[in-house]
Order: sequence, then structure tokens, then C-alpha cells
Amino acid sequence: MNGTRIGAGMNEEAVSKRAEWVAEIAAIRDHADQAAFAAVFRHFAPRVKAFLMKSGASPDMAEECTQDVMATLWRKAGLFDPAKASVSTWIFTIARNRQIDMIRKQRRPEPEELDWGPEPEPDQDDAIALQQETEQLGAALQALPEKQRILIERAYFGDLSHSEIAEETGLPLGTIKSRIRLALERLRHQMR
Amino acid sequence: MTTQIKHHLTDALLMGYAAGTLPEGFSLVVATHVSLCDDCRARLAEYEALGGEVMMDAGEAELTDGSLEATLALIAGMPAAAPVRKAARTAGIFPAPLRDYVGGDKDAVRWRRVGGGVRQMVLKTDGASTVRLLHIPAGVAVPDHGHSGTELTLVLQGAFRDETARFGVGDIEVANDDLEHTPVAEPGEDCICLAATDAPLRFNGLLPRIAQRFVGI
Ligand SMILES: [Zn+2]
Repeated sequence: MNGTRIGAGMNEEAVSKRAEWVAEIAAIRDHADQAAFAAVFRHFAPRVKAFLMKSGASPDMAEECTQDVMATLWRKAGLFDPAKASVSTWIFTIARNRQIDMIRKQRRPEPEELDWGPEPEPDQDDAIALQQETEQLGAALQALPEKQRILIERAYFGDLSHSEIAEETGLPLGTIKSRIRLALERLRHQMR
Repeated sequence: MTTQIKHHLTDALLMGYAAGTLPEGFSLVVATHVSLCDDCRARLAEYEALGGEVMMDAGEAELTDGSLEATLALIAGMPAAAPVRKAARTAGIFPAPLRDYVGGDKDAVRWRRVGGGVRQMVLKTDGASTVRLLHIPAGVAVPDHGHSGTELTLVLQGAFRDETARFGVGDIEVANDDLEHTPVAEPGEDCICLAATDAPLRFNGLLPRIAQRFVGI
């Protein structure tokens, strides 16, 4: 498996930044490294808070929830697997779940965990490839025409209901999905 | 099992679930299907990655003074034990998220009769959606009904057919308000489904309508 494949126009600096975040989460997990945590916090906490406010939370509520998200990140660092999600994806799922619990006070049914079998260490090549693919996805999102990008953002901020997403034919989901399809198909084969 | 699934979640449902904006009853059906379907599990991972990138582009809000210190204090006050992954299901037909709502597997369901041999159990969720288990005897039809919203039906045992297709274990039917259909359980095995609606069903015909008032389906 070729983990060094770099897509056209890939921003190598952004990819190495993502690899740094992976290393920082590992330092939190293995050494309770407060400096690594502070670096992750400085980068992600303002973005988590902005996301929560755009999703309708008051500034106070968003601050409280953001601190909870970052504390959850510390506690769950051992569950992070860089071959299955990038750090930005993982933090998004934590923020989404804490938002549903703390702000909307709803219950979130989660899929059953897969039985991963004996796979002690995540595959290094897969981890690198997934960080690259996620960077490509982010670049693809930014490159969309503004109208389409805003529609996608509104869906994630909770401004579009399920039926509105279904009716919205302008969502360019196919093009975006194809960017990470390959990496995820590789993952899926491993999961079997 | 996965290779037999023919009817999958729509992009809109996966995106809504990844965003965390679906009504709870829909989320339960999505989580249950994803538990059974590697295809949709991988598609969900794509939509979660997209959500992560939307979050990264959402700008930066100013944190309150001492936000990092307050978070470190939160961490210091947390229990030391590391969270562990839940064990995968070893037996039964209900995936873990559904078992959590029922309080067990098929044997734990508290069925109530709704007429025509059909039984149901309504699961407790927020008010924005209704989700229930349906037990339809082999060969029996669910009363003819249309929808004023979206109805999701996920097969957990047996199979049913309606005017559109055949749905076996793991298959999900996503029916919109333009579909009037009569699902019929296949002969041979009783059919158990998980069904969610975001609006009350309206049954066609006087008797089912009266029954609806009494049994709440
Ligand atoms: Zn599926």
C-alpha cells in the first residue's frame, strides 16, 4: 500500500500540520503531555467554539461546551485511531456529541462498535494516507462555489432539516465524496 | 450479512446523522442500520470527515480568559480510569443501539396488539419523531397507509414486500409522503421491523382510523 501518494495540488505544509496533530494526541495519550494539549487546545478550541455558536449556542454555553469537548479529548486520547479518522474529524464528532448532550439535552444512539480483532497498532501508511485524503477533502470544500459551500455548512450547523437536505439538489456531495472514497474503501477492507 | 443488504440509507439521512441534526427516532434507525452495514458505516465516516472540515472552516471564536486553565482543572477533576470500547454483540438480532432502547434483545420486547395479528412496541424518544418495533406474522399485511412525513422501516427478522420492492434483514425502506403502500410480510417467518416517522401515520379506511386513535400508531 503506497502511503506516500500525494494528490495533485496537495498542500504539503497542511498535511504535515495534520501529522503533527496526530503526534500531539499520541503525546497526550502516552505521556499526559500538557504542552501538546495546550498546542491542540490553541488550534482547535476557538474553532469548536465558533462551530457551536454558528449552530445556535450562546457564547457562554459554547465556551462551557468547548471546555468539556477539550477535556473529553484528553480523556479519550487512547481511543483515537489515526488510520480511521483525522484529528479534525475526531474532534468534530466529540463536539457534535457533547453539543447534543449538553446543549440540546438529547440522547444520541451510536452504532455498535466493530470487532476490530487483533490489530494492536494502527497501520502507519494508512494513517498518513487518511490525513492526506482529509486534507484534500477540506481543500475540495473550500474550492466549491460559495453557494454550494454555504448549503453544506448550513446542513452541519443545523439550519437544514433532513427533508430540506433531501430536497436540495444543489449539494455537490458526489464530487466531495470521491476525494476520500479510496482511503475509506481501504479502511473498509481492513474492517472485514 | 452485509453483502445481502440491497436497500441503504440515503445521503440526506447519513449527512443529517453525521451533523447530529436528525430527530432521535431517525438517529436510532440510522445507528441500527449502520451497525449492520459496512457500506453505510464507510459513507458515514465520509460525512463525519466533511463535518470536521466544515468545523475547521467555521472561523475562530474568542475564548474567555483562562479557558485553557479552566479546562486543565476540569481534566484534573475527572476520574482516572480510561474509557473502554464496548464489546461487540455476540448473539441476538438487535444491534447494540436498539438493545439499549428495548432493554434487551427480541425476548425483552413488551409487545402490544394493534389488530390483524400485528404487534408493536413504541420506544421512548423525544417528541419530534415516533419509533417503534413492529411484529408482523408471516403472510400478513400491515394496514394500508400513506405518510404525511418520512417513514423509515428497517428489517431485523424475516422480510416484507410492498409495491416497490422486497426488503430483507438489514434493508431499509425510506418512504416519503407520496408513497401509499401495503407492506406484506413474506410467508415462512414472522417479520420484525424498526420503523420511525417524523409525522403521524394516516391509515386509509374507517376501521384502521378508529383503531389508530386507540392504539396510537
Ligand atoms: Zn447500508
